[in-house]
Amino acid sequence: MKRRTLLQSLAALPVATLAGKLWAAPASKTRLLFVFMRGGYDATNLLVPISSQFYYKVRPNIAVPKPGDDLNAALPVSADWGLHPALRESIYPLFTIGQVAFVPFAGTEDISRSHFETQDSIELGQALDGTRDYRSGFLNRLATTLNADRASAISFTDQLPLIMQGGAQLPNMALRSIGKPGVDARQAKMIASMYGDTALARQVRDGFVVREDVMKEMIGEMDAANRNAITAKGFELEARRIAKLMKDKYNIGFVDVGGWDTHVGQGGATGYLAGRFEELGRGLAAYAKEMGPDWKDTVVVVVSEFGRTFRENGNRGTDHGHGSVYWVLGGGVAGGRVRGEQIRLEQNTLFQNRDYPVLNEYRAMFGGLFARMYGLDTGQVERIFGTKGQDLGLI
Amino acid sequence: MPTLSMRIGTLAACAALLILGGCATPFQAPATSAVKPEQLAGALNRVSWGVNQSTWQQAEKLGYDTWLDRQLHPSPAVLPPAAQAQIDAMTITQKPLPQLIQELDQQRKDIDKISVDDDKKSAQQAYQQELNRVAKEAAARSLLRDLYSPNQLQEQMTWFWMNHFSVHQGKSNLRVLVGDYEDKAVRPHALGKFRDLLAATVRHPAMIRYLDNEQNAANRINENYARELMELHTLGVDGGYSQRDVQELARILTGVGVNLGSAEPKVKKELQAQYVRQGLFEFNPNRHDYGDKEFLGQTVKGRGLAEVDEAIDRLSRHPATARFISRKLAVYFVADEPPPALVERMAATFLSSDGDIAAVLRTMFTSDEFARSLGRKFKDPVHYVVSAVRLTYDDKVILNTGPMLSWLNRMAEPLYGRQTPDGYPLTESGWASPGQMTTRFEIAKAIGSGNAGLFKTDGPQPTERPAFPQLANALYYQTLQKTLGQPTRQVLDQATSPQEWNTFLLSSPELMHR
Repeated sequence: MKRRTLLQSLAALPVATLAGKLWAAPASKTRLLFVFMRGGYDATNLLVPISSQFYYKVRPNIAVPKPGDDLNAALPVSADWGLHPALRESIYPLFTIGQVAFVPFAGTEDISRSHFETQDSIELGQALDGTRDYRSGFLNRLATTLNADRASAISFTDQLPLIMQGGAQLPNMALRSIGKPGVDARQAKMIASMYGDTALARQVRDGFVVREDVMKEMIGEMDAANRNAITAKGFELEARRIAKLMKDKYNIGFVDVGGWDTHVGQGGATGYLAGRFEELGRGLAAYAKEMGPDWKDTVVVVVSEFGRTFRENGNRGTDHGHGSVYWVLGGGVAGGRVRGEQIRLEQNTLFQNRDYPVLNEYRAMFGGLFARMYGLDTGQVERIFGTKGQDLGLI
Repeated sequence: MPTLSMRIGTLAACAALLILGGCATPFQAPATSAVKPEQLAGALNRVSWGVNQSTWQQAEKLGYDTWLDRQLHPSPAVLPPAAQAQIDAMTITQKPLPQLIQELDQQRKDIDKISVDDDKKSAQQAYQQELNRVAKEAAARSLLRDLYSPNQLQEQMTWFWMNHFSVHQGKSNLRVLVGDYEDKAVRPHALGKFRDLLAATVRHPAMIRYLDNEQNAANRINENYARELMELHTLGVDGGYSQRDVQELARILTGVGVNLGSAEPKVKKELQAQYVRQGLFEFNPNRHDYGDKEFLGQTVKGRGLAEVDEAIDRLSRHPATARFISRKLAVYFVADEPPPALVERMAATFLSSDGDIAAVLRTMFTSDEFARSLGRKFKDPVHYVVSAVRLTYDDKVILNTGPMLSWLNRMAEPLYGRQTPDGYPLTESGWASPGQMTTRFEIAKAIGSGNAGLFKTDGPQPTERPAFPQLANALYYQTLQKTLGQPTRQVLDQATSPQEWNTFLLSSPELMHR
């Protein structure tokens, strides 16, 4: 298994140069950040079907009001759709300048409505009706297809998620909370020297380099904290850190955000889910800002394993559903609108009289998107997703 | 990528020879191993969860062959009192599983009665926390046995089979079931007959639930378990079965389910004698497809649960299974790409001994290939963490497995935590990424410095009994030191404190391998 060639050059370098930025900006300027909202978020209250009377009828306690003067009203998107007001300061401004698109009725054909199975399905990105390779996620296959010259992928998580597992060995480093490493620079150097000519020499050195770079990027953050500046928290802090690393070194990133399984008391325009939207939106806006001039070459995709029931349940929450709403953000995204196949939402158009149908299958949708982003041909898209791409005109 | 492919041809040839008495002889007297005296520590390092001073001294006293024999055919394990006391204090030890399940189920039902949203949310959190706590107990118990059981091989094989018959604790209420699954279904058969082990997993609610066989009923077939049962548990993906076999096995498995409550289903009068309830396992004839099946080229007469036993018999004695299991064992214990000749001899033993796991292991452990491979197998995270703590603290029993569990989380190999049914990878490529290595060195420093929290109890009034690592001991000076390469020795010589010396030793390439 080959590591990225831009890291291969490291093996030849003496250990003394361990510290510092050793490799140049990623070979491909195109950057992709994949954000997974684990838990199945209530997409219906994110992109609100404001023209559906049925929506207001079956969500008596948690519906978001139609656009209007009220601060709690949905933000106007189109005649049919409104955006949750918690995104007023973060995502909505990007939407109005055409840098955010939403794709409703997006998702997988997996109808198990199980978090576990549907997340796996999506991360594997393989057809459901065949023998699946459980060790091959589609971002790994994307990285392999782009090969080492064009891809340097990393997962910003504690564990390497399924989506990043596979033939290419990809690194992972969680940025949620970064502790000062226990092994100091001198010890790192000595440990690396024990690996001299062994087969693990490169991994050991690469690991210390990644760590060094992360710490270096974070020094500015710590300085700010020391000056008692207001520092970002939660996902916003994490997203800024991700941006700093993706500006310099990595062009394919993955991160997940939890807390979306709102069976009970999810709230409407305000409340629990609104708070989660607010935090996510703030983080993504901070990421866009931090990317600076590179934002024009960056695409952020936000997904979740499934949507939720169209009707609220007896606990002012919602249960596991099917189709979701995916977000696509970026400086070069053809946004400011709702994309993909759509239908009017009434009782008779619901899937199994329960939730959103999937009209925009995710593998075809991402196949089409990646083809545009990276200039992939049909054969390459099929090798990644086992299906043809469908261009939804997202970029 | 680990390859699961198998070449059955040579094996079938060998099996044929066996009948003529031409292949490995099955029930001969224990062969003496090919391990040379100077390789003792290396062999112990592989057969146990990691060599330490007491295991080494014991093996020196008994002689390696006798020690190995006791590992293959262990007497009931007696843990050190300090470790056993921790296990005795656990809920999973004190409450029978049905009671525990019922109490937790009641707790879940009570949540539905709460009308205030905030109260409901906190009640749900409390329920989830209790599930987490129970699963954590199972993991802690497993680690304590890995660290201190005299039956080291049995514990290592327990992990191996838990990974082979992998379930994910995140699904449904599996967090309550994983401890019982390990303790009652897997560990008792870890060195026994493969057929018994397979049958025990087929009848455990953790597996039935994990692979959706509760949803598998006549005319509403769910193929999930049938497919994995052949692809992952027995024949292997190239084991010569077809999609038709998957469908037929799924039909055979209809009605195999779980009943956690006290109520029994209403069964049609003529089928009542067929109903089976054993603990939480249930066979419901109402849900079973009583038609005949064509499975692996033979007819299985439709007759209820006995069909499942027939399928288990056929699968567990199939040459493809012998080969698939033997190769996986060799990948785990010998090399990422094990010598094909060794795998063939193991598979021959498997077939001639009716799937006797200890016999297959003996063929492997006494082989030249095994002796030659010592010190070259990269440790996966569980091996790294357990072997480091065993070496560092020997038989001084730790008070808290929490730090070990969190290290395994950080390195993405938590117990009962593999999401997909294929289990964790057993080869170096799965575990030697840059981030993984850096994390190992941090763990090495935490252990080497003696402040990892292993001797500090949890709870409102934590007690701490500081224990300094004992790495520079007789075992080290008499054997381990000789196996270290020049670069490692040089770095150890430059250590400025005992803590740093420990950190370097635990970070060395030699300690990353077994």
